[in-house]
Amino acid sequence: MGGAGRLLPLVPFLLFVGVFLLVPTVTVALGAFQDADGAFTLDNLGALDDYAALRALRGSLVLSATTAVLGAVLGALLAWLIVSAGPDSLLKRMTMAISGVLAQFGGVILAFAWIATIGIQGVVTLALQHLTGFNLYGNGWLFSIPGLVVVYTYFQVPLMVIVFAPALEGLRVQWREAAVNLGASTWQYWRLVAVPLLTPAFLGSMLLLFANAFAAYATAAVLVSQGQPIVPLLIRQAITSEVLLGGANVGFALALEMIVVVALVMAAYSLLLRRTSRWMK
Amino acid sequence: MTHSRTFRILRALGLLAFGAFFFVPLLALLDFSTQVPGDAPGRTWDAWTYMVTDERLRSAIVASLLLAVLTVTGMVVLLVPTMIWVRLRVPRLNRLVEFLCLLPLTIPALVIVVGITNVYSWVYYLLGGSPLTLTFAYVVLVLPYSYRAIDSALAAIDVTTLAEAARSLGAGWFTVITRIVVPNIWGGVLSAAFISVALVLGEYVFSSLLHFDTLPVAMAAIYKSYAQASMAAALASMTLVAVLLLGLTFLGRRRERKGMA
Repeated sequence: MGGAGRLLPLVPFLLFVGVFLLVPTVTVALGAFQDADGAFTLDNLGALDDYAALRALRGSLVLSATTAVLGAVLGALLAWLIVSAGPDSLLKRMTMAISGVLAQFGGVILAFAWIATIGIQGVVTLALQHLTGFNLYGNGWLFSIPGLVVVYTYFQVPLMVIVFAPALEGLRVQWREAAVNLGASTWQYWRLVAVPLLTPAFLGSMLLLFANAFAAYATAAVLVSQGQPIVPLLIRQAITSEVLLGGANVGFALALEMIVVVALVMAAYSLLLRRTSRWMK
Repeated sequence: MTHSRTFRILRALGLLAFGAFFFVPLLALLDFSTQVPGDAPGRTWDAWTYMVTDERLRSAIVASLLLAVLTVTGMVVLLVPTMIWVRLRVPRLNRLVEFLCLLPLTIPALVIVVGITNVYSWVYYLLGGSPLTLTFAYVVLVLPYSYRAIDSALAAIDVTTLAEAARSLGAGWFTVITRIVVPNIWGGVLSAAFISVALVLGEYVFSSLLHFDTLPVAMAAIYKSYAQASMAAALASMTLVAVLLLGLTFLGRRRERKGMA
């Protein structure tokens, strides 16, 4: 079979990915620089500089950074707790399996679960009110950025456990023994050996968590009904409201902003990943 | 490894705190879904039977399940032959296929929705406006996860030798792929199918913005009028997905053991 014949079986795949992944992406990238009539303009990008867009970007960055740090710290802690129980322990295996489920568990279901927990009629809200008189629901903070922080942390921690536990397990017992033989205390082993080795993996995982939160949409779409505190919700408004003139093209500009942020973060992530893979088998 | 008593107590307390954070919301969902609407005391499963009795919710569940089946079919038909072919015949394009498959991890689903309007107006024109047209978008969505599952299965076997052996015995390429390679990567294909079903059942971005009534969209819509029913549907689909994904891990472990033996 000739060279062209070899490529023929790849046509369906390339065509499909081209139409349903590349065309939409290019549409967004080009549309960000076009007005409603298709002429070149920088006005859409200018719209990224107005108050609502900047506020949404700040909201998204704060939300993603907060949940990335919280998720990374708590997830690393949980990973360490289960890895310390031994690589083949039931505790470790079960926690990893459950984390695999919970990390995928976003969207509508998660929003409902938290409404049922700390919403106005939530189980924990009512219990706390009954026991201490404290009003956990307050002014409805669950439905704004502080609420999103709590809810996003729910899927960030398990994701951290999945990506960080292998790095923790990769620390070989021999390294610790070597350090101890050379007279290191436990504290010195962690400070001088383990932490420097784990730092790239930790930071890399944190970036992955950041991108994960930045791109998330469904949970926030269900939970937040007032205002557009984060970029994905502002995009929803731009593409669904017909009031806004040229709304679609501003939506493209906002979507492009999302691609740029996520792509930058993911690029940094793969750089750090390469560093970790140098010592992990 | 041995640990001090204090460490073990602290670890138990830590795990307890994490357990509470992760399981209280699920229990709350169960509690909420069995409450009698209003402030009346007692328990009822009415909200759970509503999934079957309510026309809208029932057809949304059917649509979501059909989408799951179609997406898995589409993914397998599109991805499996392509990945095998690239490994066997055009290895230099391996990186390109990998890049394309993992691309949806970097391009948020929301961005694809924003740009896909024109493509979908053609889809509606050619195929009509059924919710099942979401299959195309969903196949893109599950590409990265499916690719990884199938890729690790392919890496575990010697595809080239298998294919050469079959070819020298007179098998055509179609036979090589369907009867020689696929049975050997069955576990990977199954993993890909499981994770695809899990993703499709919870998908909200495409279906809500393209205005199709899938299970998550219907759940969000009936929440205002009958919160207990949406909570019941949420917990039901969560349980189904959890069973699928946990099954996946045990499947993986069994394969691992078999591989080591």
